[in-house]
Amino acid sequence: MPDLLVADLSRWQFALTAMYHFLFVPLTLGLSMMLVIMEGAYVMTGKEVWKKITKFWATLFGINFVLGVATGITMEFEFGTNWAYYSHYVGDIFGAPLAIEGLMAFFLEATMVGLMFFGWDKLSRPAHWMVTFLVALGSNLSALWILIANGWMQHPVGSAFNPETMRMEVNNFMEVLFNPVAQAKFVHTVSAGYVTAAAFVLAVSAWYLLRGRHVGLAKRSIMVASSFGILSAASVIVLGDESGYIDGENQKFKLAAMEAMWETEEAPASFTLVGWPDREARETHFAVEIPYVLGLIATRSLDKEVEGIEDLVDQARARIVNGIAAYDALQRIRENPDDAAAQEAFAATRTDLGHGLLLTRYVEDPRDATQAHIEAAADGLVPNVALTFWGFRFMVGIGFLFLAIFALGFYFMNIRRNIPKWYLRGAVLAAPLPWIAAEFGWIVAEVGRQPWIIDGVLPTHLGVSSLSAAQVITTMVGFTAIYGLLLFIEMKLMLRAIRLGPGGGAVVPLDGGGISDAIGIARPAAPHADPFDK
Amino acid sequence: MEIPLDFGTLKVIWWGLLGILLLGFALTDGYDLGVASLLPFVARRDEERRLVINSIGPMWEGHQVWFILGGGAIFAAWPLVYAVSFSGFYIAMFVVLAALILRPVGFKYRSKLEDRAWRSRWDWALFIGGFVPALIFGVAVGNAMLGVPFQLDPTMRMSYEGGLFTGFIALLRPFALVAGLLSVSMLVMHGAGWLVIKLEKGIVRDRAAALGAWAALASLVLFAAGGVLLYLNVDGYTITSEVDMQALPNPLRKEVEIVPAGWLANYGRFPWMLIAPALGLAGPLVAFFALRARSEMAMVGSAAGVSGVILSVGASMFPFILPSSLDPQSSLTVWDSSSSHFTLFFMLVMVTIFVPMILYYTAWVYKVLWGRVTTEEATGADGGHAY
Ligand code: HDD
Ligand code: HEM
Ligand code: HEM
Repeated sequence: MPDLLVADLSRWQFALTAMYHFLFVPLTLGLSMMLVIMEGAYVMTGKEVWKKITKFWATLFGINFVLGVATGITMEFEFGTNWAYYSHYVGDIFGAPLAIEGLMAFFLEATMVGLMFFGWDKLSRPAHWMVTFLVALGSNLSALWILIANGWMQHPVGSAFNPETMRMEVNNFMEVLFNPVAQAKFVHTVSAGYVTAAAFVLAVSAWYLLRGRHVGLAKRSIMVASSFGILSAASVIVLGDESGYIDGENQKFKLAAMEAMWETEEAPASFTLVGWPDREARETHFAVEIPYVLGLIATRSLDKEVEGIEDLVDQARARIVNGIAAYDALQRIRENPDDAAAQEAFAATRTDLGHGLLLTRYVEDPRDATQAHIEAAADGLVPNVALTFWGFRFMVGIGFLFLAIFALGFYFMNIRRNIPKWYLRGAVLAAPLPWIAAEFGWIVAEVGRQPWIIDGVLPTHLGVSSLSAAQVITTMVGFTAIYGLLLFIEMKLMLRAIRLGPGGGAVVPLDGGGISDAIGIARPAAPHADPFDK
Repeated sequence: MEIPLDFGTLKVIWWGLLGILLLGFALTDGYDLGVASLLPFVARRDEERRLVINSIGPMWEGHQVWFILGGGAIFAAWPLVYAVSFSGFYIAMFVVLAALILRPVGFKYRSKLEDRAWRSRWDWALFIGGFVPALIFGVAVGNAMLGVPFQLDPTMRMSYEGGLFTGFIALLRPFALVAGLLSVSMLVMHGAGWLVIKLEKGIVRDRAAALGAWAALASLVLFAAGGVLLYLNVDGYTITSEVDMQALPNPLRKEVEIVPAGWLANYGRFPWMLIAPALGLAGPLVAFFALRARSEMAMVGSAAGVSGVILSVGASMFPFILPSSLDPQSSLTVWDSSSSHFTLFFMLVMVTIFVPMILYYTAWVYKVLWGRVTTEEATGADGGHAY
């Protein structure tokens, strides 16, 4: 059995590197789309100001984009380095979307992004616009495939265990591709990226307006950001609700943890707005409840029950016992592949093999498990309730907040045609919130599915590589140091580019660079040429 | 659904595709790594450095995806190879990742500030991002040929010999070091070939060609030395049990023996395979003379040389992919470490659809960006998006 310490360290490292990757991903997803919109305005109207706007946001896009790429490379190989047994166990299915992501998305986005920056003078306007569009298409397709992969981990469809090869093998790729969990995840996560980018553009522009700088650029950008933002926030909310509904069908422990539902209530269940989940006592202190709402969200009906954690643990016990039988049959098949009785026994119990494997955390061989071990394994199926519960509430709160922010922005910009200072200040302050929501979203999704690395199939502690703790600690310290330094540098360059404004974030020449004043050349045209600047 | 190709054929096709992906990476990103390794030596002043950086600036990112796709494709088609190699080379892999992380950032951030120390630090970061992966990839291939100390248990869980430092130090065996240096020198030769095509006549181009010619000679010598070591000093592996090409992948169902000079046996059995080492020797020779003459033909020679070296590795080791020195029976081969029949077929369909598309649009981007980089371009005349 693998070392539990190494498993915990590997989880920390994965969480660290993935959450770091996801600091840059949302802005790439959203800003690339907004660049398409802005450049579209340039191509349609031919107004130079839109070109200037596009190039300005593209500069910020570039600073963020490279770190998305840099940290993505780590992710691609981390399954092999730290989750080797996992990679063997499910590579037959899970590897495919990762490879297709490379073929279909990464190549497109990475090949076009160079041309997007270097091709302004080499391409016609529509051709350049197409290149920008292909960059956006590539990043969004990459999200699709990685979320199909992640969706399969949350809800492993279209596959079965093969005793000869000791791994999961695919039997229906269409089910993997059209996994409802993956579809809901994709739209929700991509919309989350759009919200992030809209909030970012809104905040930077609001800061310019507060300072009275680049007024034309800022107002136009707010126009784009608030309209794009309203649609995105609405989509985040609708599809987040869809994810919750799907959890109610597939990942009951996760839903129960999100809602801190200890006991099954009579339908329709009430929704706990806030409270303090207590794992030991199995109850939620200081709970403020809204009747009916949870039942409606989770089951979309008034008469179906939402199962509570205690009932789920009871049900799991029976599956674990069944899983011991599956494990036993598997061992007999491995010894003698032609043992017909063992094959029959395995066929009857194979869907519970994963539950049997949960016991390896407590005993070497699941067949030796005592009742106490079974109790412990069933109890171990409850994820971290407090983290899941609160993570979910922060995310949802931020989702509704941004719907309001964008709606107000749209109203001030397009209807009142005058934006009050308090709104601008608020928009600047709210800028970090979408990132916080997105990170919490992943925490809900990933912590909520523990102790499984593949839901119901493979326990997390078995997925890990046979490394020493010293090895994992070394790389974790290394990644933390490099990532920490790069984040610091990125923020510095980003803030500098924002401070300098359009034309200022450009690359600067040093000794004898052919042109000594690139900044001057690229300065925006005289302000009075622009009707927005007054 | 009836799968139109049998399992054994698909395994061989995917072994070939693995080679094609490696070639795609070595021929494209390989020159980016070479150029980055040359950067501090061929370009001294800021303007010169920017010429060199911008010679690969717009394209390297697409090239790098060959590497990423390599990872994804091995994961999908050879899951055990993906699992064993990356966890077995754990610390080496981290060093490669750390070096590669510096690359995207180095390109984009280097020229953003008007500060000499800042730029020089990023130039060294770019150098590390080129040199270190080139070296470690070669060392890893060398070690794969020597055999890796891993073992599979009946549940297919892998374990390795060697801890945090011992495991890493053990990689630095003489043959592996020769392979590492060969990898660096051939990519530097390839990178120099690119600079001859992409830069205008001048001191930087001359320096690159001169260093590149030395690298071509070194490639020639190191490749030959590697061959001699394979004959005298390095053991090969061979399967001694019956091979069932159609069998479900399970490495533990075979017998393997260690044979002195075994990695040269395939050339006796299939003499046509000698084309690969012949290219590996002839290519650098052509590149050497072309670089001396500042001719754009250098890249033809270097590409042939790089391909010859990589194909030779494949030809020597077939059907082994990752032999185990600790427990030869655990060795991973073409017949017993692939994914399932259906996945291999499905992924082949994906590759057949997308690789031609990738080649097509990559060629289009090359065409748009064709031509030598000029100082004006490289120093920001277009409003500052050059690096
Ligand atoms: C929802 C979106 C999303 C999620 C969950 C992930 N990524 Fe990511 N990834 C992107 C969205 C994205 C992106 C937006 O497409 C990036 C960011 C910057 C970029 O170039 O593309 C990217 C870049 C990126 C790259 C560099 C690609 C290049 O060179 O262009 C790799 C190799 C990965 N990712 C791999 C992964 C892996 C293995 C993940 C899971 C463990 C993962 N990503 C999670
Ligand atoms: C990029 C955004 C992502 C973030 C922020 C994220 C977050 C997390 C977190 C917080 C954990 C730790 C959970 C725990 O140990 O309690 C985790 C684990 C994990 N996640 Fe994700 N995740 C992301 C994407 C993905 C994707 C797309 C996949 C699959 C393709 C994935 C696969 C895993 C795996 C294999 C683990 C380790 C095993 C585990 O602890 O569950 N993650 N992730
Ligand atoms: C009312 C608003 C929202 C609701 C109802 C909602 C609901 C959900 C649910 C139920 C999940 C868990 C999915 C799973 O079980 O795997 C989730 C995940 C996630 N959420 Fe939200 N969410 C909302 C707002 C937001 C916002 C504003 C953001 C970011 C800007 C965000 C980002 C994410 C991310 C990145 C994930 C992880 C990926 C996934 O599982 O889909 N969410 N959300």
